[in-house]
Amino acid sequence: MTTKEITIQTEPFVVNIGPVHPSTHGVFRMRTTLDGEVVVNMEPVFGYLHRGIEKLAEERTYGGCVPLTDRLDYLASMSNNMAYCLAVEKLAGIPVPERAEYIRVIMAELQRIASHLIAVGSFLNDCGAFMTPIVYMIREREKILDLFDMVCGQRLTYNYMRVGGVSQDIPEEFIPALKKFLKEMPGWINEYDRLLKQNEILLARSKGVGVLTKDLAINISASGPLLRGSGVEWDIRRADPYSIYDRFKFDIPTGTAGDCYDRYRVKVEEMRQSLRILEQALEGLPAGEVRSEVPHLVRPPAGEAYGHIEAPRGDLGFYLVSDGSIAPYRFHVRAPTLINLTALNDMMRGWKVADLIIIFGSIDICLAEVDR
Amino acid sequence: MTTALSVSKIAKQLGKKFPEAVIESGADSLLLKAESLLAVAEYLNTAPDLAFDYLNHVTATDYYDYFEVVYYLVSMKHNHGLVLKVRCYDRENPTLPSVVSLWRGADFQEREIYDLLGISFEGHPNLRRIVLWEGFEGHPLRKEFL
Repeated sequence: MTTKEITIQTEPFVVNIGPVHPSTHGVFRMRTTLDGEVVVNMEPVFGYLHRGIEKLAEERTYGGCVPLTDRLDYLASMSNNMAYCLAVEKLAGIPVPERAEYIRVIMAELQRIASHLIAVGSFLNDCGAFMTPIVYMIREREKILDLFDMVCGQRLTYNYMRVGGVSQDIPEEFIPALKKFLKEMPGWINEYDRLLKQNEILLARSKGVGVLTKDLAINISASGPLLRGSGVEWDIRRADPYSIYDRFKFDIPTGTAGDCYDRYRVKVEEMRQSLRILEQALEGLPAGEVRSEVPHLVRPPAGEAYGHIEAPRGDLGFYLVSDGSIAPYRFHVRAPTLINLTALNDMMRGWKVADLIIIFGSIDICLAEVDR
Repeated sequence: MTTALSVSKIAKQLGKKFPEAVIESGADSLLLKAESLLAVAEYLNTAPDLAFDYLNHVTATDYYDYFEVVYYLVSMKHNHGLVLKVRCYDRENPTLPSVVSLWRGADFQEREIYDLLGISFEGHPNLRRIVLWEGFEGHPLRKEFL
């Protein structure tokens, strides 16, 4: 019997994942070049959701831009409101009453928990734990949305903060509801950990996958859980404190390996730290005004200002230029998720298609903010 | 707190090394000559007492007479910050050196500036439109675009 040698000709081929794909969390296209099942190259393509918010803002008054910021990262509208208001207050030198500062911190930290719940839930969804974890987490997020509903009547685009404070004081029923939430939430986070922290399938799929080294993370200007997952202890709340964050005690969780598992753990730990801040803020909440005297049309002096905060997805900043009129001359958003995508190709190269979905999920992006 | 470095002090330090690089040292920012941007940026990145390893963001503004590009630099090691500015007077074909070789974080941001304001960055590895499609006419963030 003779053996015949067969040679199979192989060549890399291009596959478009997205723009409409359940794992892309929005309209995002990954133009991947595959060699069999292995990713050789990946080029991110976005812009499908570009609405020209930076241009639109140039036609609006400073107060009128707040609803636009809601539509950037719609999973963390409160944080966007806060970052924008900080930038305008810096530009125009507007003071914020003490009570409003505390209310802002409470809202921003609640928003961080709500946003991380969705981030962790959809990451686990991508890992193959289909629907169960995310429904658990949506259950808890719902309680935060109820709290937001109480203070501003909205569940997604809050438009709650104003230049110089917040739009209205918190209602009577808010504090008891928040206290109840703070009492229950640690138990829920422990429940997720019991189910998932040492889950063998999760460990096998996310440990060591999609590593972003410390040096590369700094070089690509990464921020938020992506940067901290790579072992850099950098949090704007500590590094460049804004509002009243210098008064609170909290830790900055960091990872060691910079893989998908570390990024997931950082987010879970950050939820615990947010609960700590919430407890301290609730204790210190003073009485008083919630909004300083601000004219209806703010006219900041000509100049520029940059205000940034630690949003759930990273370092969110607003760069504003004023020409002395009622509308910003230039309105630029430092979108953390756009910048975090810079190293996506480096993280994905060499991994299989199934891992690519997990790596993308672990970065946690919001396309409305990437495209603006 | 990220301390803003004394701009006049840095301007003096840079003046010794790059005699003609600094045009103006403002209250909180340094205005540089476009030609010397890359050399100065490299010095700021590597000098051990400055060590600006993190580029917070890059953006640009259209002031009719010129385009101004701002670089917000941060040193994670020393936790201090500095703002660099560069101006571009050519409206027809504005060009600046790219800093992607030093900070890769500028990659998408420079593409965005190219897309929305039409400033080309020399030395950028992949300078294409990023949020608008190829073939789109004009640059929306320019003031004459309505």
